[in-house]
Amino acid sequence: MVETVLKIAAAGPLISIQDGGRAGFMRFGVPASGAMDKKALVIANRALGRDSAAPVIEISRGGLVLECLSGAVTLALVGGGFLADIDGKPLGSWQIFTLSEAKRLTITVGPWGSWTYLAFAGTLDAALWLQSHSTHSQSGFGGGKLNKGNALIVRDAEIRPDLEGAIPCPVWARPRHLLHITYGPQDRFFPPNALKNIIESPFALTDSYDRMGVRLSGPSLRPEGSLSIPSEAVLRGSIQVSGDGIPAILLSDHQTTGGYPKIATVLSDDIDGFVQCRPRDKVHFQPISPERAVMMARQRQRVFDAYLATLDRRRDTSVG
Amino acid sequence: MTVPSPKNPRFTSIADHALLVEFGEAISDPAHEAVLRLDRALTEANLAGVRETIPAYVNVLIDFDPIETDHASLKAAVETLIKTAKAVALTPAIREVLVCYEGEFAPDLAEVAKRTGLTAEAVIQAHLSGDYQVAMYGFAPGYAYLAGTPRDIQLDRKPAPVRGIEAGAVMIAGPQCLVTTLTMPTGWWIIGQSPTKVLSPLSERPFLFDIGDKIRFRRISRDEYLAAKDRG
Repeated sequence: MVETVLKIAAAGPLISIQDGGRAGFMRFGVPASGAMDKKALVIANRALGRDSAAPVIEISRGGLVLECLSGAVTLALVGGGFLADIDGKPLGSWQIFTLSEAKRLTITVGPWGSWTYLAFAGTLDAALWLQSHSTHSQSGFGGGKLNKGNALIVRDAEIRPDLEGAIPCPVWARPRHLLHITYGPQDRFFPPNALKNIIESPFALTDSYDRMGVRLSGPSLRPEGSLSIPSEAVLRGSIQVSGDGIPAILLSDHQTTGGYPKIATVLSDDIDGFVQCRPRDKVHFQPISPERAVMMARQRQRVFDAYLATLDRRRDTSVG
Repeated sequence: MTVPSPKNPRFTSIADHALLVEFGEAISDPAHEAVLRLDRALTEANLAGVRETIPAYVNVLIDFDPIETDHASLKAAVETLIKTAKAVALTPAIREVLVCYEGEFAPDLAEVAKRTGLTAEAVIQAHLSGDYQVAMYGFAPGYAYLAGTPRDIQLDRKPAPVRGIEAGAVMIAGPQCLVTTLTMPTGWWIIGQSPTKVLSPLSERPFLFDIGDKIRFRRISRDEYLAAKDRG
């Protein structure tokens, strides 16, 4: 079968191999990792007819330049509004195209978004760690971080001109500035003004933003007294507040436990859109009941499934 | 708000996908035992929609798929499990961890001896005498917090972390002990080095310890350490 070899000609920081993540190891200190924007990863893979959780390259605003050393492969670029070109010939974001031998693909930060995903019509050769190819940034285990000079091998690489073209970018894939939360689990540690501030004031993302989480700036959410709780599990979406009153939202590579109180937790569906925000973007929090949160999760899953079904139909009816 | 206890746990619904079950607010043996019982019952019950459970000192976090279940259904199922779990005897496994306390493998041993007013040999004997139990995991993959460091050698952390501490370091801070799995900065006191693999990512059983396991340390010499490392 065809094997395509790619070389990283240039890479910004925080570029790594990710897949659907490694669920089930939090009890052993290992977060799920996986794509920051989970829906974008699924869309990129499904647009090519691949397994939804297959390994892809997650690209940060730092950008990536890939050179095809040998062979060719069809790729999908999904997530954010990035800019891309092959040897200077512009391509859209949210697009399927083919990269062939001696050509160079350049992906750079565009008008919106913080993360984009490059999926392969083939199998990206990536190290497996604890049943997943996702890179755990703290240790570097898994598929790994990508740096200039690294070579990548795509096995069983397919060239699929029939799939080439634009992939529809749904409105819910855009950066999300309104985040639904449920209070707690330690909201009781916060004075009334902190509980009021979190829903009445905007909070801005800061530059302290990586795969582990993002610190926010806004009014102080200082907890009452000098409280520390026995370490307990935290989640992607936990809003953890340090002693100085600064909140942080934990993301895909978060540490699995922590001793800071959590004032609220963001719904998982909102996190995919939230991570596409950029430093200095402002977000608002809207509290809802856990019952309503479950209803929203189900409703949004139906919308996502319907979108994926249109992708599948589009692929099945394309002419080869 | 009433303080939760093993008899009267507190349930907190989190976002669209998690339920926190708390058996106390401060670290205590009864609260942790209730955690271990519920964790075991949850593992055996294999409830629909439960993706993973993460036990900690005084609570268990249950992460679930909101498409398959919800907070109220899960809370009802967990309440039933807690009632039946009370009768279950906990039978922790005993795991042995080898430690070399010699020379460069124990960079902080002398300082720990100085600060505790013991001889280095007495620090080693105290460490070996501890009744350790895996309380929880955290910080990094395979970082198992072992409760049970004897009072005589309990020290606060160093004021500033030291960088680049290699995997396999056996270290203590307060009532806790830990065998590291990665090269990481740490402010804990390193009193030995272990060749025992507590994290083997590629094996069928990647983590040597389950939460609740009892740990015994066994002293080895430098030669035994080097031989064990050679065997891989």
